[in-house]
Amino acid sequence: MTEIDQTIYKRLTPSLKSLTQRGLAGWMVIAGCIIVLSIVIMTILSPWITPYDPSALNVGPLRTPPSMQFPLGTNHLGQDMLSRILSGGGNMLLVALLSVTICLLIGVPIGLVASYIGGAVDKILSLIMDSIYAFPGLVLAIVIAAMLGRGVVNMALSIAVVYVPSYFRIVRSHVLTIKELPYTQAARAIGAKGYTIVLSYILPNLIPSIVSVATINFADAILTAAGLTFVGLGLEKDIPDWGWDLTDGRMLLPSGAWWVITFPGIMIVLLALGFTLIGEGLSDLLNPRLDH
Amino acid sequence: MLLLSFVFLIVRVLPGDPVLLHFEKAASPETIESMRVRLGLDKPLLNQYFDYFLGLLHGDLGKSMQDFSPVGQQIFSAFPATLELAIFSMIIAAGLGIVLGIRSSKSYNSFQDHAIRMFGTVMYAIPIFFLGMLFQMVFGVGLHWFPTGGRIYPGMDPDGLSLGNIQFSTGLYTVDSLLEGDLLKFAQSLRYLFLPSLTLGLVLCGVFIRMTRSNMLEILRLDFVTAAKARGLKERTVLYSYAFRNAFLPVLTMMGLQFAVLLGGAILTETTFSWPGLGRYLVDRINFRDYTAIQGDIVFFGLLVALVSLVVDILYAYLDPRIRL
Repeated sequence: MTEIDQTIYKRLTPSLKSLTQRGLAGWMVIAGCIIVLSIVIMTILSPWITPYDPSALNVGPLRTPPSMQFPLGTNHLGQDMLSRILSGGGNMLLVALLSVTICLLIGVPIGLVASYIGGAVDKILSLIMDSIYAFPGLVLAIVIAAMLGRGVVNMALSIAVVYVPSYFRIVRSHVLTIKELPYTQAARAIGAKGYTIVLSYILPNLIPSIVSVATINFADAILTAAGLTFVGLGLEKDIPDWGWDLTDGRMLLPSGAWWVITFPGIMIVLLALGFTLIGEGLSDLLNPRLDH
Repeated sequence: MLLLSFVFLIVRVLPGDPVLLHFEKAASPETIESMRVRLGLDKPLLNQYFDYFLGLLHGDLGKSMQDFSPVGQQIFSAFPATLELAIFSMIIAAGLGIVLGIRSSKSYNSFQDHAIRMFGTVMYAIPIFFLGMLFQMVFGVGLHWFPTGGRIYPGMDPDGLSLGNIQFSTGLYTVDSLLEGDLLKFAQSLRYLFLPSLTLGLVLCGVFIRMTRSNMLEILRLDFVTAAKARGLKERTVLYSYAFRNAFLPVLTMMGLQFAVLLGGAILTETTFSWPGLGRYLVDRINFRDYTAIQGDIVFFGLLVALVSLVVDILYAYLDPRIRL
């Protein structure tokens, strides 16, 4: 392991103790991890801990406010909101995970290749990526999602299209700098092949930035997924989903049934907030430019 | 242009036939076929593409596949609503973001700084429509302070300026009502505008807080700031007239970039508040697979974003004479 690798790994795998000593940024990462992990664990355990079947209709009276029997109330179909909250995160997590993976698998290699080769390839790819980047993301996602139709993969794809350029840009800007650094030049001088330079000399240095972009991207993907659901392009309705609960709750607004929208909404906020905290904290820790 | 071709392909190649949706399966094959011819859907894809592109050069966005009226007209009638929402939310987002960002940088690493940063982060994580619904619930349904949807009372639409036979209206209700000289209408349109723009503005302000804060932190460290302080100028003057002037340019760039995000957010805000703008138009038309309308809307969004970035570039040169050369 080279020295640079070591510092990177040190930064990437900070011990809990060192995190608490890094001020606000460290605490942001810790808080974010706790939030995200609890939601993931809650969702995984949900089949065993929900008091009622989350999809069962009329388990209680329609639109009951929170009570002892239904701690978070029931919705307009008489479904138990607590059970739906406990199990409703699965789709969103899955879509976000898939879309971030797609982004990583497409954005990073394209960015590496384009910026390392340069020339016409770089120009064309940059042009495409920049035009996608400049366009209102949600509009693009909505149109693509509408055309692809429902489904977890389709939704993840339409979200991924919007965010691939972010990865491309960050990878490209880093590679352009690293490419000219003496150690990369030295590698080239001793005859290392192109792919060796890219994979072993350049890529490891990019990992910190990519990780922090990807975590914030998780939050973006979750918010975009919720947005797609809100305009009616969500997944099938038979699986409990916070996005759908929130969307359906809109009809109940005039009746004053606040519990139907408040709880799913808070869950989405928490999940997105968890990822944002991790992402922002990490990027602060990795770029200590403003620390002093 | 590139994006347009991409969208054209995606919209046309993927499944879902607008003609069939239009008739809801009740039409005979002949009627369906004649409708195809009428919409030009019988021609090969390449021809359709060139037809559309030629039309676009003349400013013709084609006819809607749902109600056969020109898409351009529909877009222009929906645009002022979106523009009004966009302007007011941008004012809220940038204003709030800049003020909070400056305060945050002034008290770097203090409790106030942390609190403002957390506020920005939380705002970033709230789905726009959730915030909108919370506002509707609290200020609309609960307190009855603000209406929960629409642009103005039905039938109260302002007419704009009328001098004899000349009619002039911008479609921006706040401007039109002032032109008309009707303060009641002005107050009403502001009331209707308040919650949607507050929602969109709050969600966007996080980016401005972060941008202002980090730029201010860089600049507050420079010598001229210390010099200004040493001369005994008020802290306020140093912060706003000296430091922020120099931190403003990157924030301005951010405003240009955020405009695209704002348009995306406007879709959700418009849907939440039944605001009759471009975003709701897009969502409505997608449900009908109205290809031409979707394309038109997207082309228009693209032009808008390009126009805004041009304006930002020009402003940039105006504000920073170093770039003008």
